[in-house]
Amino acid sequence: MAVASLQDILQHLRQHTNTDRIELSTFRDNVRLVVPKEYLYLVLQFLKERYGFDMLIDITAVDYLNYPDARHRFGVVYCLLNTVSGQRLIVKTYLDEPDLALPSAFSLWKAADWLEREVYDMFGIVFEGHPDLRRILMAEWFTDYPLRKDYPLRGRGERHDFPVITRAES
Amino acid sequence: MPLELVETWDEQIDTKQYLWTLNFGPQHPATHTTLRLILTLDGEKVVKAVPDIGYLHSGFEKLGEDLNYNQYVTIVDRMNYISPVANEIAWHHVVEKLLGIEITPRCKFIRTILAELARISDHCLNIGTAALDLGAFTPFLYAFYQRELIYDIIQEASGQRFHPSYTRVGGLMFDVRDEWIRKVREFVRSFPKAHSDIHRLLTRNRIFVERTKGIGILPRELAINLGCTGPVARASGVVRDLRKDEPYLAYGELRDSFQVVCGQGGDCYARYLVRMEEMLESLKIIRAAIENLPSGPVNVDVESKAVLPAKPATWRTIEGLIQHFELIMTNRGFETPQEEIYGAIESPNGELGYYIVADGTDRPYRCRTRPPSFVHFAVFPYLAVGHQVSDMVAILGSLNIIAAELDR
Repeated sequence: MAVASLQDILQHLRQHTNTDRIELSTFRDNVRLVVPKEYLYLVLQFLKERYGFDMLIDITAVDYLNYPDARHRFGVVYCLLNTVSGQRLIVKTYLDEPDLALPSAFSLWKAADWLEREVYDMFGIVFEGHPDLRRILMAEWFTDYPLRKDYPLRGRGERHDFPVITRAES
Repeated sequence: MPLELVETWDEQIDTKQYLWTLNFGPQHPATHTTLRLILTLDGEKVVKAVPDIGYLHSGFEKLGEDLNYNQYVTIVDRMNYISPVANEIAWHHVVEKLLGIEITPRCKFIRTILAELARISDHCLNIGTAALDLGAFTPFLYAFYQRELIYDIIQEASGQRFHPSYTRVGGLMFDVRDEWIRKVREFVRSFPKAHSDIHRLLTRNRIFVERTKGIGILPRELAINLGCTGPVARASGVVRDLRKDEPYLAYGELRDSFQVVCGQGGDCYARYLVRMEEMLESLKIIRAAIENLPSGPVNVDVESKAVLPAKPATWRTIEGLIQHFELIMTNRGFETPQEEIYGAIESPNGELGYYIVADGTDRPYRCRTRPPSFVHFAVFPYLAVGHQVSDMVAILGSLNIIAAELDR
């Protein structure tokens, strides 16, 4: 399978979603599509089914709180890969408080399961339609979102409140 | 024993009146590191497996936002501590991609050799411990002796055995000596014998084969859908290796010296075989690279404002002193573009990627790791169902989960 031309993908996507708000940019060898979040699921589905991006490499998020010239609070990044042609594509969408919800990509790629749980755990971004959206790395009773920029590097003293089991109780 | 009656949720298994819950880990000798599985059992058969992770979460990504591009290499080392050099190479590969630095040919070759040694050491540990969990003790000792030799080589290069922190932006901490080259050649000569010893002990060993063949089958479509990479995906027939598909370092030049190893079964035995063969391919790469090791500087030109100048230049020339000062002072350092980049290399476990957001300063604004262990452990519930409790150990061993990388 030949590598699909980027302009073709962009044209097709704009037709498919009926909007011009999808933008394409490149940096070094990375190709990025910036998509409004309403169209995110539509775009991901289209890329998977029409252009064969069958592997979801990574989902991650960035908190742009102190970033110079940032217009949005959060960015969520999907790294896609076409395992046949080897083409890579990064799909990015922006989110602002208070509406931190995105459609889950679990129905397209099962790999999204844990990756979305980690983004939820670290940034508090909710993925609607995810089968089991629980915290994955932090403890269940943890209330903050540690990778947000307004969370201090040394924590908020949660470790002092850890339940301690004494030798007599164990 | 913590046994508890669980309600059945499926009509079909209604006739089986009770299912048991078994807590596997977090401190179980076969998990090797700290991870936990909650298994729902029907007799000895696993009906459902729910992994519970996070015991080793140490906030590495948060720490990365507070350290500069050179300092973070010490943290990256401690993610996959089975092959730390591979992590360092991945990290600085992506940083150099971000800064647009093209490293010198000598550095490329040295890094390639180190990356392949890391792959051999990782596969040795994986095969050794997987066999150990299935009751074969001797291959474990053979494999660990080879790992010891690799540690010696890494120590010769960097001065540190386990967490060398050897790479720097635009080069290496320092160049290797002739003694290092001699040791690598010696290893290339001696390794095939140890490899064939392990081969003869395991590959046709009836116990080992029966415990791994047909266990934990991962079909090709599922492997792609779940995002598997590396030996796990290649054992399921996904022909993909970043060393061939997106050549980095010296792999482009050494393209003809190695082949991509793929399997078809997708079971634990196929994953074992793929790892065994990959070690020999790695050895071919090392052999080709060490005999063609270019001369010349190991760091990029000082003009690039990324590497520290050599010590004599710092002490005796004003330009060297200024350059040194510029990089060391806390309010100076690198100039980075305000950009974001994703880059990846083929680590022993699979695709190890970093997503770096740079904000112009010498510290990453965000440095996401794409850990292969994390993605591969998500596969575990799909592989575990239908097998017995004792097979969990075989499946865990074949996926090569490193908890420090899993939880970061």
